[in-house]
Amino acid sequence: MPGASALRQRPDAVLTPRDATAALKAAIGTGVRAQDPSASTAATPVLAIEHVSLAFGGVTALADINLDVWPGEIHAVIGPNGAGKSSLLNVVTGLYQPDRGRVRHGGRPFAHVPTARLARLGVARTFQNLSLFKGLTVLDNIVMGLSAEVRSSFLGQIFGVPAAAREERRHRAAAGEIVEFLHLTEVADRTAGGLPYGIQKRVELGRALVAKPKLLLLDEPMAGMTLTEKRELTGFIRTARDTYGTSIVLIEHDIGVVMGLSDRVAVLDYGRKIADGTPDEVQADQAVIDAYLGVAHDVDVGGGI
Amino acid sequence: MFDYQFFLEVLIGGLLSGIMYSLVALGFVLIYKTSGVLNFAQGSMLLFAALTFVSLVERGVPFWGAFAATLGVMVLLGVAVERTILRPLVNQPPITLFMATLGLSYVIEGVAQLLWGTQVHGLDLGIEDSPFEVYGVLISQFDLFAAAVAGSLVAAFSLFFRYTRIGLAFRAVADDQYAALAVGLRLPRVWAIVWTAAGVVALVAGLLWGARLGVQFSLSLVVLKALPVLVLGGFDSIAGAIVGGLLIGAIEKLSEVYIGPYFGGGIEGWAAYVVALGFLLIRPAGLFGQKLVERA
Amino acid sequence: MATPVRNTPLVTPERLGVLLLLIVAYGVIPVIGTGYLFDAILTPFLALSLAAVGLNILTGYAGQVSLGSAAFLAVGAFAAFNFNLRVPGLPFVVSIVLAGLTAAAIGIVFGLPSLRLRGFYLAVSTLAAQFFVQWALTKFSWFSNDNPSGVIDAPPLTLAGFAFTGPIGRYLFSLTIVVVITFAVTRLIRSQTGRNFVAVRDHETAARVIGVPVLGTKLVAFGISSFIIGVAGVLWAFAYLRTVETGGFNIDRSFQILFIIIIGGLASLRGAFLGAAFIVVFPLILSRTGAALFGGVFDSGVLEMSQRIGIGALIILFLILEPRGLSALVDRVWDWVRPRRAAALGGATPRSFFIRKLQPKGRT
Repeated sequence: MPGASALRQRPDAVLTPRDATAALKAAIGTGVRAQDPSASTAATPVLAIEHVSLAFGGVTALADINLDVWPGEIHAVIGPNGAGKSSLLNVVTGLYQPDRGRVRHGGRPFAHVPTARLARLGVARTFQNLSLFKGLTVLDNIVMGLSAEVRSSFLGQIFGVPAAAREERRHRAAAGEIVEFLHLTEVADRTAGGLPYGIQKRVELGRALVAKPKLLLLDEPMAGMTLTEKRELTGFIRTARDTYGTSIVLIEHDIGVVMGLSDRVAVLDYGRKIADGTPDEVQADQAVIDAYLGVAHDVDVGGGI
Repeated sequence: MFDYQFFLEVLIGGLLSGIMYSLVALGFVLIYKTSGVLNFAQGSMLLFAALTFVSLVERGVPFWGAFAATLGVMVLLGVAVERTILRPLVNQPPITLFMATLGLSYVIEGVAQLLWGTQVHGLDLGIEDSPFEVYGVLISQFDLFAAAVAGSLVAAFSLFFRYTRIGLAFRAVADDQYAALAVGLRLPRVWAIVWTAAGVVALVAGLLWGARLGVQFSLSLVVLKALPVLVLGGFDSIAGAIVGGLLIGAIEKLSEVYIGPYFGGGIEGWAAYVVALGFLLIRPAGLFGQKLVERA
Repeated sequence: MATPVRNTPLVTPERLGVLLLLIVAYGVIPVIGTGYLFDAILTPFLALSLAAVGLNILTGYAGQVSLGSAAFLAVGAFAAFNFNLRVPGLPFVVSIVLAGLTAAAIGIVFGLPSLRLRGFYLAVSTLAAQFFVQWALTKFSWFSNDNPSGVIDAPPLTLAGFAFTGPIGRYLFSLTIVVVITFAVTRLIRSQTGRNFVAVRDHETAARVIGVPVLGTKLVAFGISSFIIGVAGVLWAFAYLRTVETGGFNIDRSFQILFIIIIGGLASLRGAFLGAAFIVVFPLILSRTGAALFGGVFDSGVLEMSQRIGIGALIILFLILEPRGLSALVDRVWDWVRPRRAAALGGATPRSFFIRKLQPKGRT
């Protein structure tokens, strides 16, 4: 298992995406390939937002938003602060109920997405203001990502009933793989609350990944990170998509990261979608430039990630 | 044949005792409005004020002298609390501060009784507790006096908050501490003033309650009655403290008299809480409250 | 707690320590202890520790504030008494379990508001439990078997026909129950359910999003916590006081248990025991020191007030200086005595009960 031993020998090195993919495949043994979104044979988008509108009091957060996300696609959502990006994620995850419109997960329509069933729908998300369980260790936090699959009762767990013990072992093993994948081995047994911010963000990503979601919603995952950390995280995101076929919706302010990582980019401004296309199309779009990007030449591509 | 007269008597008695609850709740609201702290020690401050006053009077100090002296002591207490407890705990979650005030209540109660003793004292404010009649309905004179004092104090604070600059400052701090800081308001000073104001309220309430029940340790348990009032009226609303107090007072007395006999009495102890509980489940913000902190 | 990469060794400092403690508790103390030690110190310590363990599950781990724990002590005590009295031939241990289940049921009922309330508001609703239960048990004489004085002599503690009487007997009975329940709680904390508690406490929204049954988790927390506190109530009344009455189950008792877990350290099993030990021993030390320093002036009234001041001041001090309580203080002392060998951020140190320098918040 060349990839895995590479991990163990030089734990501090930044892995190239290829190393990471090899390690993950070796550890898990799945061979899911990413699907080319433009040539998708699937008829249903993983996520479809249809005519969603939302207002708080007199303030419009979202105005008639339509968005499709296809299997295996990385679809970014960008825009100035207050444009409604986080509100959109909250609607998609059922934390807000839209005034109008519907959200379809894997084709199933919802007027109000049932938050408690998100995991079973194959949806996972991270939060802008870190949502870790600070009292749990890193490993425990990631194990929690599999909460929806827990079948044992508290009595079974206390008495160590075989089914409960097996389930616990299985979940810890799955979490352990994610821990390795995300370079968190050294801190696996440390309480999440005391760790550096960059590591905490990775733990939150791990918690979202462990359940192998079909749709992953990332709310500003790179906020507050150094360049190195951003490169690493970008690598992880891409590998997760390549290996699991996870579709990813990414809210992010670092335009360089966004343009380099995404298959498609949607731009929101004052609650409206003003553009939706490939990175090149969006960067050249005049409306987008006026509202958000500024003059095309001056965009800092951030190292061509 | 329903006895309206009796009903009115019970109702009015309940409303009047409710005003007394409002007074205690007022102390809570003052502090909560400006610092988000639920001051469990309000009851023990009440006891402390009443004990100090009564002990001075018993030692021959004239009424207003004792009043002024006790007032001074409450001011000192307010400043001391702000400096030793509030400042070190300034960034902690509200529940931590609540537990700190729980500890504080124990300290104040202990000090009060260590200084002045644990016996019961009578407190005479010069108002007789004789009833007088209004359209055939008996009303206690003392209750009326207490209601008048409490009512005017509440009204005074309402006006203060609404129309003075300091009141405005208090409201600013309550709304957004960081913004208030940015505008130049000095939080420690505001908090010291607020805790002192709460101390004054505790003094007045302590005197009234002490005259009614006698000045003894159980006085500090009055605070437990204030909590349902706050739930009903909203933790940060002065108007809510009034309305909540009236409601709780009335409901308590009425349920004790009309429902109590079926259970052998003693309902007063928990009726207020059950009502508050019901309210919480239906309308968590209270009748007037705005802050939706710590709701599910 | 093993990761796929390494396993925790069978013998850790933690397990050795616990084993040693048990040996001392069962083998050494009954031999050398005096009647006073058992009746006045150890037995109440055990009962209070168990109550603190119960409350800690609810308030420390699951983050649901409760000010009404004394009510469940009372429910446990009275339920055990009534089951024992009215069901002929029922083994006493079964009465205890039934008493715990009764307390759990009532705990769940009064915990229902937690589904919509948090913080102060939840605290207010738990006070409703406190006042209502106290009133009900006093008002309806059926609970005290129509005893005119309302004070019942507790029947002796029996197990499999063998009566645990006398100071040592009652101590051993209590000790065994506490050990069994504490062991079950350690397993609970490390299970998915235990993780659910912490998740709901630390970030309820995220917990809901990942599929934790928030509703069920809170109710389970109330239920288990109340069960344990109910059993602690049985110990308190039957093993320590040897009477069953409502007097000692008032709001002061509720606060006392809350203080125990604050002083001992929230979300720390060890803290429940440290805090209870402190609360039991503190007044004794205070009265001896006071009598020594102040002589006759230091009567029981003064003692009581000094105790109040002392406890209150300590609560404030702990909240300011060491919010994680005695448990964290013990860690610090241990760190100073046995410096860590592993480097700051790295090293594959197996998780140790005692070495915890860089982890400032929360523990499982």
